[in-house]
Amino acid sequence: MADRKIDEETGVETTGHSWDGIEELNNPLPRWWLWCLYATIVWGIGYVIAFPAWPMISGATEGMLGWSTRGNVAQEIVAHEAKNETLVTAMLDTELAELPANADLHRYAVARGASVFRAQCSQCHGSGAAGAKGYPNLLDNDWLWGGTVDEIAHTVAHGIRNETDDDARWSEMPAFGEILEDEEIAATVEYVVSLSNPDHDAALATAGAELFADNCVACHGENALGNPDLGAPNLADVIWLYGGDRDTLTETIYYSRYGVMPAWGQRLTDADVRAVSSYVHALGGGQ
Amino acid sequence: MSPNDKIPDPADDPKVSQLSDFPEEIPNELPHQSGILARHAILEKSPTLLLTFSLLVVTIGGIVEIAPLFWLENTIEDVEGVRPYSPLELAGRDIYVREGCYVCHSQMIRPMRDEVERYGHYSLAAESQYDHPFQWGSKRTGPDLARVGGRYSDAWHVDHLMDPQSVVPESIMPKYAFLADAEIDGKHIEALLETHRFVGVPYSDEQIEQAKTDFMVQADPDGDWDDMLERYPGAAIANFDGQSELTEMDALIAYLQVLGTMVDFSTFTPDASR
Repeated sequence: MADRKIDEETGVETTGHSWDGIEELNNPLPRWWLWCLYATIVWGIGYVIAFPAWPMISGATEGMLGWSTRGNVAQEIVAHEAKNETLVTAMLDTELAELPANADLHRYAVARGASVFRAQCSQCHGSGAAGAKGYPNLLDNDWLWGGTVDEIAHTVAHGIRNETDDDARWSEMPAFGEILEDEEIAATVEYVVSLSNPDHDAALATAGAELFADNCVACHGENALGNPDLGAPNLADVIWLYGGDRDTLTETIYYSRYGVMPAWGQRLTDADVRAVSSYVHALGGGQ
Repeated sequence: MSPNDKIPDPADDPKVSQLSDFPEEIPNELPHQSGILARHAILEKSPTLLLTFSLLVVTIGGIVEIAPLFWLENTIEDVEGVRPYSPLELAGRDIYVREGCYVCHSQMIRPMRDEVERYGHYSLAAESQYDHPFQWGSKRTGPDLARVGGRYSDAWHVDHLMDPQSVVPESIMPKYAFLADAEIDGKHIEALLETHRFVGVPYSDEQIEQAKTDFMVQADPDGDWDDMLERYPGAAIANFDGQSELTEMDALIAYLQVLGTMVDFSTFTPDASR
């Protein structure tokens, strides 16, 4: 038979345990705490019934709700698409060139395109779309493959000189290091410099003009104004993809350039391709 | 019954309140000794028995945790297109591991809408089935690389590895320009493939025999790479770094360009219950 000892100071029952005369009060657990504990136990039982929980040999129990991470993400995407459905359908039904006429639709396309651009395009073209050496600036009005919104959309969807898309834009400049003598290349470089830079050797440039006419006009055009059908850049302006100094031009002519862009139509939805094209077109340089 | 005289029988212990004492109240503690506890003392007193039974308990825990991994259907989901890495890709993967790329880059797109929108289809277990060890990573200082293959041109990778800030000014990634100077010759490539076969990657005898040839030809678009492409469908063939020598840069870019490209998601339908 146990003694029930009551602590004199507090009036609370003790457990009877005594260590060096110090006794342990036997306070019951707070009611709220106990109820929380029972509630979590009940909730836990409900949870393992409703959701995948118990590991079995070849898989876990599926749960009454049929929830799965894969199903969940698919649902989230569907729900998100449903929210934008009206705008997306309208955007897909409108000619790209007509989009700016519809202010709301255009605003949606440009905003959507801006986020696509930041996630997918900024690594090469820069987060502000100003480009980098070898990766075109998309803010100016200088377009290698055409700057109308439809041409931009084609470039985005099919890319440039990639191996994965048969409709990729393609052209290949010969490496003139194997075709011309070094002096001839120097003269051609001087001619190209003379087109946009008053500080040049006129005599050498005249010699280069002839070589240019023989070797380069087929793609770059008679006045070196370029040809967007072939992705041949305008050489008469001061916008350079790789650099307009003599050393870089020599390197370009000697080895040629072969800029590649992936076919984003294979990775992005039609809506995203159209949106990002609208965004790029709206950056300021669109034709 | 008590084997220890110093511990009184709970029925006689004045400090123990039992259910029989106050039937309407919760007892203040269990009796000092019950039948089971008394038997447990046998284990506690014999080191050999204690060790044996500890091992038994740990073994049961281990079986429960580990055994299902061999039968769980979602970890061994068979997905079309996933193939072992080509020799050059495998060498590039070693460089990836050596340089600690996994410290800042994950290779695991989680099934969440924001990740799927940014990186592409969420990663499947099968896509890293030939990774020993896997490169899922645990932290994204840089972006996820699980589907980086084909996202950028080879020239971009060269520019970016040489000087990341030249293409992404806000990047904090260090420069890896030295990779372009480190020539590789595939001296131990057969042994590398054999090692991977040893841990379960199904390299065929032919693949191991041709490892050196395949290794060299993948970075040589003018070479005779038809057989290599048959052995490793979808492998990118290019002079990745633009130099005539075969370098670590070639290998690393070959590896990066295959990441996440093996499964064709236009034909793959994920089983929603997995």
